[in-house]
Amino acid sequence: MAAPMTAHTRNAEALGERGSRSLRRRGGLGERTVEIAIQLVALVSIAAILLILVFVGKEALPLLTSAEVHKEVTPLGMLAPIQRSGESLYMWQPVSDVAKYNVIPLIVGSVKVTLVALVFAVPLSVAAALFVSEYASERVRELAKPAIELLAGVPSVVVGFFALVALASWIQAVFGTEHRLNALVAGLGLGFAICPIVFTVAEDALRAVPRSYREAALAMGSTRAQSVLRVVLPAAAPGIAAAVVLGFGRAIGETMIVVMASGNAALLDASLGRSTRTITATIAQELGEVVVGSPHYDVLFALGAMLFTATFVVNFFGERVVDGMRRRLGAGS
Amino acid sequence: MNVTTAGARLVGRPRYGDRALAVATGAAVVTILSMLVVVLFDVVRGGATKLSWEFLTTSPREGMTAGGVLPAIVGTVSLTLLMTIAAVPAGVATAIYLTEYASRRSRLARLVRVCVANLAGVPSIVFGLFGLGFFISTVGRAIDRVAYDGEAVYGRPCLLWSSLTLAILTLPVVVVSTEEAILSVPRELREASLAVGATRLQTITYVVLPEALGGILTGTILAVSRGAGEVAPILFTGVAYYLPYLPTHLNDQFMNLGYHVYVLATQSPDVDRTKPLLYGTALVLLMLTLLLNLIAIAIRARSRRRSRAAA
Repeated sequence: MAAPMTAHTRNAEALGERGSRSLRRRGGLGERTVEIAIQLVALVSIAAILLILVFVGKEALPLLTSAEVHKEVTPLGMLAPIQRSGESLYMWQPVSDVAKYNVIPLIVGSVKVTLVALVFAVPLSVAAALFVSEYASERVRELAKPAIELLAGVPSVVVGFFALVALASWIQAVFGTEHRLNALVAGLGLGFAICPIVFTVAEDALRAVPRSYREAALAMGSTRAQSVLRVVLPAAAPGIAAAVVLGFGRAIGETMIVVMASGNAALLDASLGRSTRTITATIAQELGEVVVGSPHYDVLFALGAMLFTATFVVNFFGERVVDGMRRRLGAGS
Repeated sequence: MNVTTAGARLVGRPRYGDRALAVATGAAVVTILSMLVVVLFDVVRGGATKLSWEFLTTSPREGMTAGGVLPAIVGTVSLTLLMTIAAVPAGVATAIYLTEYASRRSRLARLVRVCVANLAGVPSIVFGLFGLGFFISTVGRAIDRVAYDGEAVYGRPCLLWSSLTLAILTLPVVVVSTEEAILSVPRELREASLAVGATRLQTITYVVLPEALGGILTGTILAVSRGAGEVAPILFTGVAYYLPYLPTHLNDQFMNLGYHVYVLATQSPDVDRTKPLLYGTALVLLMLTLLLNLIAIAIRARSRRRSRAAA
């Protein structure tokens, strides 16, 4: 406290000597330069988003435009099945003699693992948010909240490692899964990782519900549980939906947990007990080994561009809801 | 009859449903926290025996089955240090612009906010692709063409590009935390400063920023913790599995704790022999990131208490 005050008084004296012509002083040339620099640096985040879009898209572009690439893979070929002896096959085999780039197994893998994570994490995190916002005393809240947020401090590679060496064995012992590493193990690991974000956003949503709602419900003779479940929870529904959406975005983009725990075989099925391969894990495992500029390289960047677009859209809507909520929360308190 | 029991009667008698909901939601909190405890316990139990001074200060030997993780620690620290040098000034400047300069209705400020929020949601592997496509293939190659006659000096994966990729990834952490801190500086302080004739920039440097230091520090620590734990963005932009030397130049490759865990866990030919080393490495990384997070939480709690006491 002492340091800024003295500096500040010293300045005031220096300025007072020169006398101020206007009530609010304009800075000199040096000050203007610094101000412009600050504003330019603030544009970095806009530039970053644009550059990501341009440079990930640029490497994927030959997939649409290059005839050379089209000899090996076309955008349509990434979606349509191969017909073989009367069967429709969806195959991701980029390094076989005849490379196959069907992305359907990867999309299904990503969605499958993400759904497991959401089914596991959303009820748990929303219930925890209910406890912290509706039942916990101030002291319990101030301990529980940072403790749950501490989960976000565990690096995803450590979560993946734990899922790989410990969780996978437990799951196999309990459920007798076909493969040791599978969609269920990866999904549970992911669920662990998205608990903090779902919890934090859901808790904000619940706390943004005005006190008067609860008071009105109680005044009309409802019990605490009725007020929580029938009044507070529905009122917070948009915010909780945003929590789920943001959790989805986080889960589908997560890489290290799935690459370590999912088994990485591109099988197309709905089974949770079998190995699966996600979009993120495919990029992580294959990009290091492809020739720069090859069709395989372009396809991996196309997967990245797809992922970027999907998460961008999901987060955009999620953040809009959260933004409105935070504004109400700020205005209410 | 005291007031609370009268009140309880007014709102109806507490029923079993009430209790049940409190217990069920409380159990959810306990479940989440016990998951954290289980992960911590497993890693600590597996890694504690391996942890020693020698483990922290020597290089791996005998095909990663013996020795320590010094190069991975040095690599992780240099990486996050460079990242911080890039991310913190940019993040703080962005927060200053958003809170002190931009008008409330500024479209540009709104766009900056949207971008910061969306940057936080971009998948980390996409940052890896971006780092490769932009920093290495575009900027690095251009530097090589101009300054090194096309010899591959910066147009390849290295420490510099990994750090800058991570800096963009952690930028939102710094911006959000700093913005929150600046907003909590009382308006009276700014007005007092302006009233005695200080300029806007002087007010920011001598009054606002010192007051918001706690928040800036919290954001920096959280960014460092995040950067230290990320693996996906550095996969293609500079990390190496094994190097016989420590990184000394910006264009050197480096080893990394998280990547070490990943490779040892998934690609080791003899998992049983590398397992102790693997657990030890995971424990070092976990201790590093959790310690940083705990420090951040403590600073934040302290500055909240202080601002509440002042109010």
